[in-house]
Amino acid sequence: MSGAEKDAEAEAAAEVGTAAETAAERVLEVEGLGVTFGTDTGDVPAVCDIALHVQPGETLALVGESGSGKSTVALAALGLLPGNARVSGRITVGGTQVVGTGEAELARLRGRTASMVFQEPATALDPLTRVGAQIAEVIRNHRPLSRAEAAREAVELLRRVGIPEPERRASAFPFQLSGGQRQRVVIAMAIANSPDLLIADEPTTALDVTVQAEILDLLRGLAADYGTGVLLVTHNMGVVADFADRVAVMLRGEIVETGPVEQVLLRPSHEYTQRLLAAVPRLALSGEDAPEREGASVVELRDVSVRFGRGPSAVQALDGVTLDVRPGETVGLVGESGSGKSTAARVALGLIPPDAGTVSLFGTDLGRTRGRRRRALLSGVGVVFQDPVASLDARMSVAECVAEPLRMHRRGMSSADRRARVAEVLELVRLPKELAARGPRELSGGQRQRVSLARSLVLEPRLLVADEPTSALDVSVQRTVLEVIAELQRELGFACLFVSHDLAVVQEFAQRVVVMRAGRVEEQGPTMSTLLRPRSDYTRRLIAAVPVPDPVVQRRRRAQERTEATA
Amino acid sequence: MSAVLQSTTPTAEPVANYRLSLRRFTRNKLAVAGLVVVVVFLLFCFVGPLLYSTDQTHTDLHQVNLGPSGAHWLGTDAVGHDEVGRLMFGGQVSLLVGLAAGVLATVIGTLWGATAGYVGGWADAVMMRVVDAGIAIPALFILLVVSAITTPDTLGLILVLGLVSWLVPSRLVRAETLTLKSRDYVLTLRATGGTHGRAIARHILPNSVSTIVVAATFQVADAILLVAYVSYLGLGVQPPKTDWGGMLSAGLTAAYSGRWWLIVPPGLAIILVVCAFNAIGDGLRDAFDVRGRG
Repeated sequence: MSGAEKDAEAEAAAEVGTAAETAAERVLEVEGLGVTFGTDTGDVPAVCDIALHVQPGETLALVGESGSGKSTVALAALGLLPGNARVSGRITVGGTQVVGTGEAELARLRGRTASMVFQEPATALDPLTRVGAQIAEVIRNHRPLSRAEAAREAVELLRRVGIPEPERRASAFPFQLSGGQRQRVVIAMAIANSPDLLIADEPTTALDVTVQAEILDLLRGLAADYGTGVLLVTHNMGVVADFADRVAVMLRGEIVETGPVEQVLLRPSHEYTQRLLAAVPRLALSGEDAPEREGASVVELRDVSVRFGRGPSAVQALDGVTLDVRPGETVGLVGESGSGKSTAARVALGLIPPDAGTVSLFGTDLGRTRGRRRRALLSGVGVVFQDPVASLDARMSVAECVAEPLRMHRRGMSSADRRARVAEVLELVRLPKELAARGPRELSGGQRQRVSLARSLVLEPRLLVADEPTSALDVSVQRTVLEVIAELQRELGFACLFVSHDLAVVQEFAQRVVVMRAGRVEEQGPTMSTLLRPRSDYTRRLIAAVPVPDPVVQRRRRAQERTEATA
Repeated sequence: MSAVLQSTTPTAEPVANYRLSLRRFTRNKLAVAGLVVVVVFLLFCFVGPLLYSTDQTHTDLHQVNLGPSGAHWLGTDAVGHDEVGRLMFGGQVSLLVGLAAGVLATVIGTLWGATAGYVGGWADAVMMRVVDAGIAIPALFILLVVSAITTPDTLGLILVLGLVSWLVPSRLVRAETLTLKSRDYVLTLRATGGTHGRAIARHILPNSVSTIVVAATFQVADAILLVAYVSYLGLGVQPPKTDWGGMLSAGLTAAYSGRWWLIVPPGLAIILVVCAFNAIGDGLRDAFDVRGRG
């Protein structure tokens, strides 16, 4: 089947879906669903009055930001909510009522009529069981097959989800597979008994963009070939555009908008959907390079190599990496997971000593500087890491967290001055004063990242190293945090080494970009010309794999990719 | 599941941390009972003698082997000591040695484990092999050998017990340190010119406090039991001093002639206090467990 035919068919299916709303045959039907969690600090309502349905062969995307309750709906559909959840309303899966049904009956349902693909393939598989055996177990749980028959079928399933050499791979342990392959195995388990309904909760969020595209392709093919209905839970509008027929948008536990994908993504009617879509970073298709910056490098890595481990199992994390950041500019360090971009940032920070090559920070060789001088040198650096939870010590108040660098490097500062400076920086990152006395636990992810930023700026650094500072945040929050960083950079003039896997974000905020792959610099140059006219094949593939929150564009790109692949 | 937790965690947590911890602790009924038992025994042993004074240093051969009566609630032992008073007197040693040795073991273990975990590399390897070797030799064996050679006093017992039982807490603290030192806030501190001392004192130790306190509670329970073993074998504190294990040992012969009051009270006291400390440890673990509250 050619790509164009498939697309036409998908479009037709979408139309049928909207026209035949009343069709009796629905693999999932949810009506008036409400879920409340009982916690230590009282009852927390998670979702209320949810109504949705999925038809055979159709994909419904349930989108929303963290805390919107989308995963709660997905788990409720299979009766998988934790014990402190109280569920009301009606959920029907393949004709079986789920709410109030006993575990035994639900167990027959799960994996047979409906199955689930979770976000994290690393934890969805048993690390001590061979993948073939894990798939066979799912088969034998529901069908009276012999061990040998189930094993044969498992190999067949591995072939169907696109694992090369399935006979050999069936006897592999999960750790011997890559993240993408593991997720394929999880999908193989999910489709092992040809379910009518597949629930996929952020199935590609833990994967790199190029792998993400492959997994989405796989899911799309399975849904089309076997008429499986899919409930796709995601926060990624690009994935929605790529994959869904219909979309339901959730906000604070309620569905605020629902409709066909073209309508919701291109002509959103609800104000929240509009805001959400506007916040999604998009790759620009044209633009000028920023003028090159003058001046001595703030930080410079020259021919840096780093090896982790020893002997045959050693990993070459960095291999002859050379890059620099000049005063006042932002350099975007991009690449997929394992490309070494975070390692490079940590080398620049002096956290990982290079095995070969030199690191110079503000013109001084960091490797040869020790003790007090090294600490003084490093006091000119600010750091923001990815994880908003791990970045702040939960035992300290916000004010203490922000004041820590002052305590380290401005010993003589009076406590009144310190308080004043902390208040000043909190205002810079647009956090209300009242938060100063709170603990990090009481803040949202975006607020925590801004506290991290405030801490990194309190000493007026000349260099800010930001390692995926917004990757753990929702898109709308991501935008505000990025804007705060960019604005402060204009105001305070620090240079920035910005590590990110998101090319659209880097394109918007960086003047130069360094593309890394497998520990080497694949190419580097001014942002616009590098991303619009990439010289390396790898960069081109990275750009092509970035999902665009526009179903029409996405379909065109996909068709183009296919013709390129077949050519 | 993380998404579910996220959606159930309100962004603002109005209840202060310690109060939530306290509530978790008090919800564990066994732990509360344990706390009551420990407090009662502490009062009994250290305040009790002020209200119920007896002579525990001189023997009184006119009053030996008496059964429970109005004058002596739990009778007297073979040299005429009042048994209730003896229980207080012996309990002072048992509790003091147990608490002090437990704390000492935890302090040594914490320093050792935190250093090994933080420094890492070959230092960690060497330090942890020392621990492995130590664990391979039964603590009781070392204890008995040392006691047999030196006949220790109270202070000696504390030192010996502390020095043989720090191994387990050192492993716990090392594991905790390993995870904490790779936390982003510790990396941030190091990347911006913070000293190692600051990282340990301000971040790693305060965040390990829960692990350390829980470990200490179990250490105290173990130490009380160990003192009892040693004294039961006659190698603990020497007469006229005694402890609960020593009382058991002294009363052993009496058990055959039906003088239960020399055996049952100290035995019960040991069991109750050890169970109580273990229950408190469990309760503290619940109270401090912050993982579910991300």
